[in-house]
Amino acid sequence: MEVFINLLVNGVSTGLLIFLLAAGLTLIFGLMSVLNFAHGGLFVWGAFSGAWIFKETNSFLLAIAGSIAIGMVLGWVLERFLIRPVYGNHVRQLLITLGGMLVLSESIKIFWGPNPIRVNLPAWLEGSYQFDGIIIIKYRVFVIVVGLLLYLALWLLLSRTQIGLMIRAGVLDKEMVQALGINVKGLFTFVFLLGAGLAALGGALLAPYSGVVFAEMGMQYAILAFIVVIIGGMGSLQGSALASLIVGVAGAFMAYYMPDLSLALNMLLLATVLLVKPTGLLGEKGSAV
Amino acid sequence: MSLLKLDNLETYLGQYHILQGVSMSVEVGSITVLFGRNGAGKTTTLRSIMGFNPSTTGSVHYHNQKISGMPTHLISRKGIGYVPENQGIFSALTIEETLNLARAKSTGDAEEKMEWMLELFPDLKKFWRKKSGLLSGGQKQMLAIARAYINGDGLLLIDEPSKGLSPIMVEKLMESILKMKEKTTILLVEQNFLMASEIGNYFYIMDDGKIVHDGWMQDLKDDRETCQKYLGIA
Ligand SMILES: Nc1ncnc2c1ncn2[C@@H]1O[C@H](COP(=O)(O)OP(=O)(O)O)[C@@H](O)[C@H]1O
Ligand SMILES: [Mg+2]
Repeated sequence: MEVFINLLVNGVSTGLLIFLLAAGLTLIFGLMSVLNFAHGGLFVWGAFSGAWIFKETNSFLLAIAGSIAIGMVLGWVLERFLIRPVYGNHVRQLLITLGGMLVLSESIKIFWGPNPIRVNLPAWLEGSYQFDGIIIIKYRVFVIVVGLLLYLALWLLLSRTQIGLMIRAGVLDKEMVQALGINVKGLFTFVFLLGAGLAALGGALLAPYSGVVFAEMGMQYAILAFIVVIIGGMGSLQGSALASLIVGVAGAFMAYYMPDLSLALNMLLLATVLLVKPTGLLGEKGSAV
Repeated sequence: MSLLKLDNLETYLGQYHILQGVSMSVEVGSITVLFGRNGAGKTTTLRSIMGFNPSTTGSVHYHNQKISGMPTHLISRKGIGYVPENQGIFSALTIEETLNLARAKSTGDAEEKMEWMLELFPDLKKFWRKKSGLLSGGQKQMLAIARAYINGDGLLLIDEPSKGLSPIMVEKLMESILKMKEKTTILLVEQNFLMASEIGNYFYIMDDGKIVHDGWMQDLKDDRETCQKYLGIA
């Protein structure tokens, strides 16, 4: 029982971290059909800058805020100078955002050196909870709470606000939204910055969780996030949330019971979903919520 | 007075020279009908006006102000409402959400326009919370027209509203469009000659990317030769 609950908690918290990355990806794709491989670069920048700020200031909240800010600034640069020039051209997007990803990962080494760096937990999040003899690590619970709150906030943004309505409509029919006087490019910049901030936050939250950060983790998590976006249905936020949990939880259990297969697992999940429902779990053509 | 004026528009789609010098004028308070067979360039003309497929030469003026070259959302904010050929329904949004969206950047008195549309198309009120994708073809067309009217101010571009609808539905729709003429100028693309000739004041006929004929609707009905040649009516 203890193993089961621990694996579940691990899986859900990892899943929610992946979700922070996938949320931006799926909305960016849904709204502008942009495949943004550089998204993982924002994640790794969030991880390093968060770890660094935390080390310098000893304030975890400052680290989180700082990493989000840095992620958004980098996101703005990416959107403005890399992605805008290649709207509507998937091949160029693929090349240029992959290039962006490499530049972001490699530039990490300029600032922080080539070696992985260790990250500590903030004191107030150290330790664990005990329920009936079951020990649950405090920080994982923290990640789950933050992840769920962010999911709720995103859902409210999309379903209850005017800008959310515009985003959902834009995912469905970009031209028609423009014909209603709405500046879709501005909308896209907003979504892109939101996604960049979430990705960086995901990185900042992951750093103390895994205890060590390295430049290549951006690619690792970006691939996971892409798998999640496709399984969930491109453009669907709920789909990504659901798929993140599935991938996170299944990954945690597989790593424990069948570690040899855990790498193949995501591909298997992906292939199964695509065979049964090619648009992904919740991907009816283009509903963003 | 001419509300919308197209001057020698030439538009390319990819490498194809689709509009080859289109000039026309839409008078305030009229229903102007643009006829022409499939592939003549009617949809492209509307899309050029809206800025989706900007023309390479020529100009579009609205209220004597040049709008060609502006991005679509700014053209829309000048007060032009657009009903695309495929209706452009946001299938996952409800009627309520769709019309609220139309109101977000609308020109003119959105409340008043909303009220009148719900009066003109009571079905929209009845299915207020229903997802647009689940509406019937006729209801979708009403929604598309209401959305454009609420969003715009002064001019509606409507692309083949009768397409795919039953004759009874088409008749109802044309009646509604005729009523809307009291409050807005309309540029209507149609292939349904019988219906459009009942409600239109002025017409243009397009063929192969050019305007080949124009005049008063009344005169077109008597012009057997033109009807036969371009509209396939005996
Ligand atoms: N995306 C496109 N690329 C190239 N040609 C196109 C495209 N869309 C339409 N066309 C061509 O442009 C011409 C005019 O099309 P359209 O404006 O849709 O005509 P209509 O609305 O009068 O039926 C047609 O010959 C059509 O085949
Ligand atoms: Mg057409």
